[in-house]
Amino acid sequence: MNVNWFLIVSALIFCLGAVGVLIRRNPLVVLLCLELMLNAGNLALIGFSRMWGGTDGQIFAIVVLVVAACEVTIGLGIVVALFRRRLPIDVDELREMQG
Amino acid sequence: MGFFFFVFAIVALAGAVGVVALRNPFYCVLSLVVHLIALALLFLLLEAQFVAVAQVVVYAGAVMVLYVFVVAYVGGGDRPRPLWRASAKQRALAIGFGVALFIELAIALLGTGLQALSTHGAHVGLDYGSPGTIGTQLLTTYLFPFEVASFLLLAAAVGAVALAGRRGGLEDDDLPVAPEHGDFVAAPRPVATGTMAEGVAGYGITTPMPDPQQDDRELRETEPFERPLPETVEPPA
Repeated sequence: MNVNWFLIVSALIFCLGAVGVLIRRNPLVVLLCLELMLNAGNLALIGFSRMWGGTDGQIFAIVVLVVAACEVTIGLGIVVALFRRRLPIDVDELREMQG
Repeated sequence: MGFFFFVFAIVALAGAVGVVALRNPFYCVLSLVVHLIALALLFLLLEAQFVAVAQVVVYAGAVMVLYVFVVAYVGGGDRPRPLWRASAKQRALAIGFGVALFIELAIALLGTGLQALSTHGAHVGLDYGSPGTIGTQLLTTYLFPFEVASFLLLAAAVGAVALAGRRGGLEDDDLPVAPEHGDFVAAPRPVATGTMAEGVAGYGITTPMPDPQQDDRELRETEPFERPLPETVEPPA
């Protein structure tokens, strides 16, 4: 398969994730959609890495994997803290820091 | 190879659509697992064996288990709170934005001068993307990013413990005293403090289920985290 196809799939997944971040209101699902976007980035990185024939893009993808794991840990910690304080689990109602 | 690509790509896209469109967060997580496994197979088609395996082990294994735990903890109460209350206008705007973004990305990707994009990629050896190659690169050329990533993981672990620790919102004075010789399960305790009984059966086992329509706000206002300051503390001028 041409590398083009992989990049188009990656762009589609990224857009789906972006739409999900915009329309979903549960912070858990927003985090899942962020994962989608990070994975789309990973797919593009690995596609480009295959195109050049070097493994640098794969190293970058592994770093993205680590960053995504950290982001999930912190995000889920915040969701659990919200739940403990009985705040609404809804990103539209949590707007105290909006300014 | 083309056949496999289309199968995996369609499964990955279907998983992504499921994450965005399904109402139950638990099904969203399962849909993301399907998506991640299909994506790992796409990585295999790109001859990135190590990243594919790491994707399955780290993502579909560890991270998704974390998600499932939190969804079972937070979303297990089955609150009648609609997850999809975005107005039709907002949804239409978001979908329009997504389509515009895709068109822009497609133009950017396909309109580049990179000739090699429409080929199968460079010729690579058998050990391309193998654990040995990746490991050598990580420990020689990319040693510094590797160490930084390990520190990032450490910071995230400490942050998660600090965030999700038992301190928040529940002071020691408010904890009910457990009976010395008695039924610990039936001892009174605040709602939603993460007891095993609640984890197994949801609300309403050890404590009555709060009515989310009516007294949610009331409960929130009377909870200890909104307790007024002690009188000795002077408000800042």
